[in-house]
Amino acid sequence: MAAINSVEQLEAYRRELASAAKPDLPTVLVCFGTGCQANGAIPVAEAFMDMVKEQGLQLNVNIGFKTTGCHGYCENGPLVALRPQDILYLKVKPEDVPEIVEETVKGGRVVERLVYRDKVTDEVVPRYSEIPFYKHQLRIALRHIGTIDPTSIDDYILAGGYAGLAKALAMQPDDIITEVERSGLRGRGGGGFPAGTKWRSCVAVESDVRYVMCNGDEGDPGAFMDRSIMEGDPHAVIEGMIIGAFALGSHQGYIYVRDEYPLAVKNLTAALEAAREKGFLGENILGSGFSFDIKISRGGGAFVCGESSALMRSVGGDVGEPRAKYIRSVERGLYDKPTVLNNVETWANVPEIILKGAEWYASMGTEGSKGTKVFSLVGKVNNTGLVEVPMGISIRELVENIGGGVLGGKKFKAVQTGGPSGGCIPERLADLPIDFDSLTEAGSMMGSGGIIVMDEETCMVDVAKYFIGFLVEESCGKCTPCRDGLPRMLDLLTEITEGRGGEEHVAMLEELCDLLTWGALCGLGTSAANPVLSTIKYFRDEYDAHIRDKKCPAGVCKALITYSIDPEACTGCRLCAKNCPQECISGERKKPHTIDTARCIRCGVCKDVCAYDAVRIS
Amino acid sequence: MTDVTKDATQFDRIIERYEKTEESLLAILQDFQREFHYVPEEGIRRLSEVMEVPASKIYAMGTFYKALSLTPRGRHTIKVCTGTACHLKGAPQILETLERELKVKRNGTTEDGEFTLECVNCVGACAMAPVTIVDEKYHGQTRPSKIMDMVKKQVGS
Repeated sequence: MAAINSVEQLEAYRRELASAAKPDLPTVLVCFGTGCQANGAIPVAEAFMDMVKEQGLQLNVNIGFKTTGCHGYCENGPLVALRPQDILYLKVKPEDVPEIVEETVKGGRVVERLVYRDKVTDEVVPRYSEIPFYKHQLRIALRHIGTIDPTSIDDYILAGGYAGLAKALAMQPDDIITEVERSGLRGRGGGGFPAGTKWRSCVAVESDVRYVMCNGDEGDPGAFMDRSIMEGDPHAVIEGMIIGAFALGSHQGYIYVRDEYPLAVKNLTAALEAAREKGFLGENILGSGFSFDIKISRGGGAFVCGESSALMRSVGGDVGEPRAKYIRSVERGLYDKPTVLNNVETWANVPEIILKGAEWYASMGTEGSKGTKVFSLVGKVNNTGLVEVPMGISIRELVENIGGGVLGGKKFKAVQTGGPSGGCIPERLADLPIDFDSLTEAGSMMGSGGIIVMDEETCMVDVAKYFIGFLVEESCGKCTPCRDGLPRMLDLLTEITEGRGGEEHVAMLEELCDLLTWGALCGLGTSAANPVLSTIKYFRDEYDAHIRDKKCPAGVCKALITYSIDPEACTGCRLCAKNCPQECISGERKKPHTIDTARCIRCGVCKDVCAYDAVRIS
Repeated sequence: MTDVTKDATQFDRIIERYEKTEESLLAILQDFQREFHYVPEEGIRRLSEVMEVPASKIYAMGTFYKALSLTPRGRHTIKVCTGTACHLKGAPQILETLERELKVKRNGTTEDGEFTLECVNCVGACAMAPVTIVDEKYHGQTRPSKIMDMVKKQVGS
């Protein structure tokens, strides 16, 4: 169809789509997110398509079928949702497809073995909306994900898409900024800077050219909400950016996407094309006289490019080294022009805020942190995946009610938030509300929303070492504190984990932390102390155990642990002996085995293969 | 640098797809990487000529961005995700097993040129941790005892 030239035409088109849609048509939705595809969603989708064709021909039954973005519950993929029954099937295999079509699609009955089963009560929960993982969620940024086909702009329009833009185009640009200010929306990328304030200071700078940018360089390890949004609802980001551009008087936008997210690049590229075709991008958008377009810029696998000034240099075709920010990017950003850079999730919230109003958005969340936030709940937790909840929910609610508690009934020790710029918050502070300010006060930060759950088998010194190791690799090397300070910190942490640490090591670490916080050029360096300082603050006893007793209480640090086989539990099945790369496990069949600890390289293969949990670490 | 002599048209085919601005440099280099499995010196020189940008600047980009490699990579790339969730769930053991079995260190290529072993900081598939990506295929919940069989099964060697 031709381009849509006015708001009236958009609404007419939406009505047209709605009248053609059949909401009662049994519809099979197969998740096509990165996680589900990896778990085998493609053959499942093919099996459904074959069935749909076959059954449709033979029985004249219409079955709707579509592939969607990530439902967030990736651990249990491939996920298949069925409408209108509101049923979610987990871990579906191609061979389950005929049964699903026969029983559920045609018969309306539930295939019990494929539905969610509560790990504690063993209760089966067939309804999508009643699964504990989804029940407590309130989805705004993730509003369409899992229900629409991200490659279909019609699906987005039918779901109410571009209505926020239509409303915005009838508003004064200044009123749009006021609306965003009043909503209390804070940047979802890490720092939590108020989005409206950023926009306001950008328009205050006189310039003929302005840019709006979207930061999709989601680098925090353990966070993948932006991937999910870009893959699963690309138009939400695009619509948000067009509204932002209209408010700011910008005519060119950029989306910077991580190179590690090929599906996000693919879906965004297709969405941009579709939006151009329909007239949401390009000249004279919806007949408003306003023109704007967006380019995609692929990242090059450098974490530091998530930093605003580095990102802008990278977009411009240069190495992504940050600059000192005496002048902020709202004044002189991309190509030295005033630039607003917001994160993917921030942009995805904008159309809803405009459509439903600032009051609606500000009615959710806490005093200082409004609205909802998407968290990626990962690590040692039963239900891992993406969760969107109002700001202010406690860590405990998130981990226990939504996450279903710690994996394997182990003891909940801490959560790590904010990626390499954040810190670890101990279990005893788990009633802390999750919002920008509380997390910062506790020595961590919101970051992009990764919540990594740690249990008694996680060594906190190893975690600190892990993050510093990460930052050593990712430091761009421009400023001395970061380039030289981080490797020294890594040396100290390595010595501690190898049992070579002395009492002075902790003091030296603290000194280096101080140096980085005050001396580094960009956020990567100034926040690098958080993983170390927070673990020293809350888990000093673990540092002491490594330093004084030469022990790793969690059984992680290789130099300080030994593997052994519990003779009571060992059945003598020989599986460990067969798999041991060092061939240092001996014993007769059906008799307890022993490990020659002198030759053992602590690779963990024996523990991995043992079906009787007989391998002990001490 | 390499014995492969590539004529300029191979590079031009890729360069032509983009606007002649510096903004396109990184994307072109990434396409070189995908096409040739590394960024050849000849490619940098050609790009420098066409774009009228100093070769040193393009070379700097080649060394800066992790997605780019200035030396030829193996026929297959194994990427071990070392994001936080994967780290907690055993990525270090996966990496060690691969290093031991393939007799290669991280970021290295096996002697027969078959495999390059890389680490990647989070691929955003944390719910499937630990994740290993062989060529473009994602494998979740990988285990040290099964990883080599899985790799061999996929590449068929």
